[in-house]
Amino acid sequence: MNKILLGLLIGAVLGAVDGCTAWFYPEVRAQLAGIIVGSTIKGLIAGVAAGIFARKVNSVLLGIMFGLAVGFVLAFLVAYMQHDHYIAIILPGSVGLIVGYATQKYGATPATAR
Amino acid sequence: MSAESVPKHPMRHLSDKAITRLRSGAELPDLNGTRYRLIGQVARGGMGVVYAAEDKLLQRRVALKVLDGSGSEGELANRLMREARVLALLEHPGIVPVHEVGTLADGSVFYTMKFVEGKRLDQHIESVDSTPDRLRIFVRICDAVAFAHDRGVLHRDLKPANVMVGPFGEVLVMDWGLAKILADVTGAEPNRHGDSIPRLPADGNDGNSSGTLHGRVMGTPGYMSPEQASGKIELLDARSDIFSLGAILRYLLTEHLPAGPSSQRARALDAICAKACALEREDRYAAVQDLAADVSRHLDGLAVSAHSESIFDKLARFYRQYRFFIWLIAAYLLMRVLLIVVVKH
Repeated sequence: MNKILLGLLIGAVLGAVDGCTAWFYPEVRAQLAGIIVGSTIKGLIAGVAAGIFARKVNSVLLGIMFGLAVGFVLAFLVAYMQHDHYIAIILPGSVGLIVGYATQKYGATPATAR
Repeated sequence: MSAESVPKHPMRHLSDKAITRLRSGAELPDLNGTRYRLIGQVARGGMGVVYAAEDKLLQRRVALKVLDGSGSEGELANRLMREARVLALLEHPGIVPVHEVGTLADGSVFYTMKFVEGKRLDQHIESVDSTPDRLRIFVRICDAVAFAHDRGVLHRDLKPANVMVGPFGEVLVMDWGLAKILADVTGAEPNRHGDSIPRLPADGNDGNSSGTLHGRVMGTPGYMSPEQASGKIELLDARSDIFSLGAILRYLLTEHLPAGPSSQRARALDAICAKACALEREDRYAAVQDLAADVSRHLDGLAVSAHSESIFDKLARFYRQYRFFIWLIAAYLLMRVLLIVVVKH
């Protein structure tokens, strides 16, 4: 599996799990489906970005930092649009750390053209 | 004339030290008329002696192997010539390359090859404490032997003393004096990759070309396959070398290695050794590549074909392989749960 696809899958799964936790907040439970879809898309974007970064840069530390940064930026944008639940939305943006690490450590790098 | 007036023979006055020096000098090969200058003896085997020599033309050090005893005729001379031809056939980074073959002024057959500076495997591993490092060396030995098998050549004397490890980690399989040529073809022959490769005439089982007679045992005890030890040379094939490789692997996993706890990893490696060293040929790996692939899979933390795992073994291996990632996910989920608890209260 290549790094971009790996980032996409992990980002999507973790994003969906992240969205599902909205069920524990009764005030937003009515919008649960929308939150899950939005969170999954957020995870997808972070995963693909981390995957592309991993193909260009071979460094676990930089990969983690990049994933973390993308995750937090996307989470901040969502929280900014909500004007509420800043901590509950931004903190789980650390999912970018996981996709950053996973795309650096695992997944196939495309063969160099001869 | 009295007895006292008879002059004493001058030899009576030579000391033991001088005689020893003269004897060793007489044993040295006469390299006059060749492009080589003798430097010193490196090793002595059953068939010949290996010397370090300088190639005066190219100004480089080479290893010169010469028959232990003069003469270009006879079984040993044929065997040495054949060994040189086998080496010439096997152009591979893991097999020492031959430079020249010829006859010395006294009629001794010799050949020169690359001078390998390094240690024998049995000496080298004394300084290698890491099992993965030892396995990586083993895989490289397998690569060289697999190449020889692809060219239709069996080594028949694989053992740690016949493997050299160079100062830059290069691994070379040495001493092809007992090699047996399996392929029953002569001239250029396409190999399984479609490349046209030269081949030597195949050895018959009657020993006409290889000097190996039925019932005659050649090899090293402990590393010889049962069929080789019993002299059944018609049964020898790649699986005989695989037996020897299995014995080398067992040696690498046990000798000079700090004792560690028995684990799933050790069980997988034991299973690889057991399969390679099975008494019945049919129970061994079919090809060296399969043995090397199993060892490589083990190095990569994957399942090996020689060992069937239980579900717990599989889970343990998965955990070992993705330990940090699993802990990251667990930490994330814990953070998520804590966040919910904190926000709710």
